[in-house]
Amino acid sequence: MTVTFFMDGKEVSAEENKTLLEIARENGVDIPTICFHEATTANALCRICVVEVEGQRVLQPACIVKAASNMKVQTRSEKVIRARRTILEMLASTMDLSEAPEIQIMMYEYGASSSRFPDAERRQPEVKDDNPMFVRDYSKCLLCWRCVQVCAEDAQYTFAINFDGRGFETQIGTFFDRTIPETSCVLCGQCVAVCPTGALKPKREFLLEKGLSAQEISVLNTGRKKRK
Amino acid sequence: MSEIDLIPLNKELPKFIPLGRSGLLPALHAAQKLYGWLPQEVAAEIAKSLRVPLADVHGVIEFYSLFYNQPVGRNFIRVCTDQACALKGADNLLVNLCKHYDVEPGQTTEELSLTIERSPCLGLCEQAPAALVDDDAQTNITPKFQSYDLGIPRSIVYGSIHELTANCGNGTTTLAKYGEYSAYQKALKIKPEDVITEIKLSGLVGRGGAAFPTGIKWEGAAKAEGLQKYIVCNADESEPGTFKDRILLLDDPHRAIEGMCIAAYAIGASKGYIYIRAEYPYIIPVLEKALDEACEAGYLGQHFEIEIRVGAGAYICGEETALFESIEGKRGFPRVKPPFPTTNGLFDKPTVINNVETLCNVPLIISKGALKYRKIGTEKSPGTKLFCVSGDVVKPGLYEIPFGTTLRELLKMAGGVAGKKSLKAILFGGAAGAFATPEHLNVKMTFEDLRAAGLPLGSGVVMVFDETREIRDALKRLGKFFAHESCGKCYPCQMGTQRQMEILDRVASGGVLSGDFFRLEDVGWTMTESSLCGLGQTAASAVLSAMKLWPELFGESQKSNVVGRKISKASKDSKVPKTVKKSIDKKATSKVVEKKKLKPKSKTITKVTKTTAKKK
Repeated sequence: MTVTFFMDGKEVSAEENKTLLEIARENGVDIPTICFHEATTANALCRICVVEVEGQRVLQPACIVKAASNMKVQTRSEKVIRARRTILEMLASTMDLSEAPEIQIMMYEYGASSSRFPDAERRQPEVKDDNPMFVRDYSKCLLCWRCVQVCAEDAQYTFAINFDGRGFETQIGTFFDRTIPETSCVLCGQCVAVCPTGALKPKREFLLEKGLSAQEISVLNTGRKKRK
Repeated sequence: MSEIDLIPLNKELPKFIPLGRSGLLPALHAAQKLYGWLPQEVAAEIAKSLRVPLADVHGVIEFYSLFYNQPVGRNFIRVCTDQACALKGADNLLVNLCKHYDVEPGQTTEELSLTIERSPCLGLCEQAPAALVDDDAQTNITPKFQSYDLGIPRSIVYGSIHELTANCGNGTTTLAKYGEYSAYQKALKIKPEDVITEIKLSGLVGRGGAAFPTGIKWEGAAKAEGLQKYIVCNADESEPGTFKDRILLLDDPHRAIEGMCIAAYAIGASKGYIYIRAEYPYIIPVLEKALDEACEAGYLGQHFEIEIRVGAGAYICGEETALFESIEGKRGFPRVKPPFPTTNGLFDKPTVINNVETLCNVPLIISKGALKYRKIGTEKSPGTKLFCVSGDVVKPGLYEIPFGTTLRELLKMAGGVAGKKSLKAILFGGAAGAFATPEHLNVKMTFEDLRAAGLPLGSGVVMVFDETREIRDALKRLGKFFAHESCGKCYPCQMGTQRQMEILDRVASGGVLSGDFFRLEDVGWTMTESSLCGLGQTAASAVLSAMKLWPELFGESQKSNVVGRKISKASKDSKVPKTVKKSIDKKATSKVVEKKKLKPKSKTITKVTKTTAKKK
């Protein structure tokens, strides 16, 4: 079965049960995403992929809304742009986006100003360097949830991490803030692989950035082995 | 680690084990009752028994304000500092109280005897200022904290008609007084689909705020495939200024229970839940007793049973899907819809979830018949409506009136503005509502007239502000409330409620920055249009209404600025820096990490915050 509908005024046909995002991508229409990842369950939480669907009260997330016959979708209406721009501006006022180049490009595209919200509280927890494999710098975390999802039912079924706090103060955390080696973490690295902002980073990359040479890092490693 | 005796906990836990993950909140409540708080060992033991991952247990404890992962006092005073109580001097009360016990709000005395906390609305608005002292309501507290009513709050019921409130105002109505469930028995004699037809004919719509047609909801769940179906009574009344469900459940619990029985029969549900907020601890024994009575009388137990579930301090759990998550033992994150609860609700099964007041209408409709029920109210808004009147009126209380009564008539019933002052504004519908002014007084309170006037009926809140009141203070409290209660799932609400609060703080303190009006507008608009659930979609509702009514309050003339900033031209500071472009190229082409690739850190940091600190 196929459905025929309208995307930005153009008639589009697609297989049934496909999301607006999938169809847009197949048709070369750019809808930005942040929390979406092919490997994880779409939660529609970043709302950056919102589009305007005629007849709907509010904007709709393209990552989960499925196309229906005769639907009229606007992917870049003024409303859509205003929402995306404001969300980006709020992100920039909240966290460190220096290692999120895709989001910086989005900001450029949508004319979002990184200084739109002066005197705004930022999330700046300390870097957690508590295991040999990866470093957690949650000041760069934009709460896309992907790490929690791959650690749980979306991939690994390890359940090492979940959330601290709620609302603006939400953060990814472990059971009573235990260090990673004290959790059920198996160091599979999937969370690091899906992190879009460098909040989770391989230890080696972290050390290289700190200015250590490959040789110095290797000495660190051998040292560890020797002690063992 | 070994100091905590787990034996009492292990005696309690077996009864929660059959519930699995769904037993998590009840188990945490039971544990907190035993230990006063939730130490790590206790949380770990619960995780092990219920087979829930440790991190998930931690996530749940962190989500709910009333679960504590560090020692707190053996006794608690929770002072409501939300709007209705603020109008009656709650801030001073809190200060005096803290001085008296020599602690700061949110702190515990040294010997762990007492914790004093600020609380979001306790639903005692008509008897403000109020506090919760352990499990007792303390109302009408005088500034010096000397005289008070302690215990179960009184029910102050007025109005021009008493249909839903026929049994309210004189203490709890026992089953003996309530009489047999005659509406339920009448329903059992007709086919379930005919019960639904009757509800549809009555024109009943949900009273929780969304005003969805009840009959259509029931029909959806009745027709949905599946043997197991659920009825959920939403008693998580947390909308600031709302206390109607408190009175309905305290004074007339059987009406809501009978409503649930009828709903269960209509859709074929065998199990029901009443989800009640933890801020109403004194209602729980009343409900338990009523359920026992209904079991003994044979209304419950054979085909349909009801379980009480208690929240733990999270406004968001009044959102239907977040409420399901909470019953399932999870953080109260709202789900994306569709699918809707009627097909994929609690435990992913077809579910009808109705507000207490909605369910209380059901026995009336069935016993009278839809046609007779429709004789009250207006053509498009049949029946009666409960209004929670608080603030600066002579007689605050719960008012039952037929739909179609004007706001002016309601205010008159309430004795008008107190102290012979004149009316400045009314917060209408709740924190998620809108401000009304004296110009709105002739609006007929029906769904259609209110919609036309731009006033959301919400949960029936009518909070009155006299001419001396400072709206900016009300706005500041609204901002704080939503920032505290946002679940943090979707970006617009998670960050928008925070930014909204910051700007409203500036508005209240007189320190607005240039451009704040438009910032606030953009944030409010974005939350309304793009948030995932009803909380975010209404978190700016009252603020935006105030901006329209009193733009001058926001410090700046709003004419000059750029409403529709151009998107084609990038603003000065959003150019993509070269280093970023480089790092994108790098990401695309190579996975090898270059040596000494130190990223340029754009430190525009303004404030250092500790996000790990638990919000209290």
